[in-house]
Amino acid sequence: MSSAAVQVSGVTLLRQQRPVLDNISFTIPAGSFVGVLGGNGAGKTTLFRTLLGLEKPSAGQIWIEGQPTQKGRMSIGYMPQVRGMVAAQLSGWSMVAAAQQGWKWGLPFYNEKARTDIDAALAAVDAQDLASCPVGSLSGGERQRLMLAQALLDNPRILLLDEPLASLDPARMRETAERIYALAQARGMTVLMSTHDINPLMGLMDHVLYMAHGKAVLGRVEDVMTTQTLSALYGAPVEVVRAGNRLFVVAEGGGASLQSCMCVGHGA
Amino acid sequence: MLAYEFMRTAFLAAFLAALVCGPVGWFLVLRGQSFASHALSHVGFAGAAAALLLGQPALLGLGLGAVGGGVAIGMAGDRLVGRDVTIGLVLSVAMGIGALCLHFLTHSASSATALLFGDILGIGPSMLVWLGALSVACLLGLAIVARPLLFASLQPEQAEARGVNLRLLDILFLVIVAVATAQCAQITGVLLVFTLMIAPAAASLRMGFAPLQGMGIATLLALLEGWLGLVLAWYTNCPTTFWIAILGGSVFTTATLFCRLRGR
Repeated sequence: MSSAAVQVSGVTLLRQQRPVLDNISFTIPAGSFVGVLGGNGAGKTTLFRTLLGLEKPSAGQIWIEGQPTQKGRMSIGYMPQVRGMVAAQLSGWSMVAAAQQGWKWGLPFYNEKARTDIDAALAAVDAQDLASCPVGSLSGGERQRLMLAQALLDNPRILLLDEPLASLDPARMRETAERIYALAQARGMTVLMSTHDINPLMGLMDHVLYMAHGKAVLGRVEDVMTTQTLSALYGAPVEVVRAGNRLFVVAEGGGASLQSCMCVGHGA
Repeated sequence: MLAYEFMRTAFLAAFLAALVCGPVGWFLVLRGQSFASHALSHVGFAGAAAALLLGQPALLGLGLGAVGGGVAIGMAGDRLVGRDVTIGLVLSVAMGIGALCLHFLTHSASSATALLFGDILGIGPSMLVWLGALSVACLLGLAIVARPLLFASLQPEQAEARGVNLRLLDILFLVIVAVATAQCAQITGVLLVFTLMIAPAAASLRMGFAPLQGMGIATLLALLEGWLGLVLAWYTNCPTTFWIAILGGSVFTTATLFCRLRGR
């Protein structure tokens, strides 16, 4: 964990004159498992796209493994949020295979080595049984496993996972988080995983990167997930509540109603 | 039937069209851009009618109109998503311009019908050479972009992160679609391009074949539509285009029923 996998220095990204990322700086050591937390519109997806070189910051600099960020960096695997499914009748194998060197010009032929790599990626996420299924027949969690397999092709050293736990039930959330953690440990990957819910990642994260209103703070869970730190980040009083080994962030005056809470964790 | 040269030429033209319609249509359906082929054929119609009025070959006007439309749609990109009223109006205006040109086209009234509904039996040897050249151009273009196009169609964000230029790819693909549309319109006419380009591809995708197999099956189904349409037209004295359209609908319906029976 000595060298930095990701270094972000004073990055600001404006969209229609509004700062989506507002002068954020942090350094993530190689091999870290980082939970990227924050509500809708906090800037998590924009941060990932900026790290990938898809969005150009208005100010600041980003280094990936010591090099300025740029599009098409093979050392980063990216799993975007699950969207509406196209090609529902294509098999899981075809879906994953499309990402196998999919940026190269030419026909989508897969030689023996490519097929082995695709099978290995499917095996890594325990999705061999999904290979022959039409994608449209799979659950949200199963589709996410296929997308994770796509992100693992080319053996990335850094994995950016955008809401991989979305639409999963709490038990599946923890199971998925543990699977990703085990993969990261086995391959020595740095993982940045965005989520609304910190609790499935408890005990797995080395650091938490908490984002609100385009600002971000990185640190250990016990340092970041405090009433004082998050109130400063939100610029408004919030309270971090512990219930057993679970954490909740509650807007002051929000009472017990989930509707009126900025809820990071939800009791299950 | 094959004793006549015009029939042999028609079979060859259907073969060339099927070669292109299968894979191009497969990608159109995969990307949810089926309407694009319809739109490009309408824009191409205005170009073809204008070309005829100016004494130029209809295929030239059709090709230029469709390619221009393809580039415009590709450059507009996401801005056209959900703009169905705008697209519909552009199509109507294009058809209107085409109708105006045909109104003044007094010396070649049959060309109007051929443009709208196709005239596969009227294709001559020189046109066949042009269709062959367009087929080669389309297939070569598609062979170059197929891999990133598949990636970008299924997982655009990942493809972009891997360095695929989505906008460029979209424009290149729509140019290929435009050329394919111009070619296909010679067989089916601009109004029925959908039948040969979309129906076989949609049926193939419905049956869940892997990409390259799926494109092959779509090509075979398009060929079946074209050739069987010619045979049925020969024996029934109904227009070939009518039979191609009926067969297109039948192919897709059969594929859908087949998949339902298999529980897919």
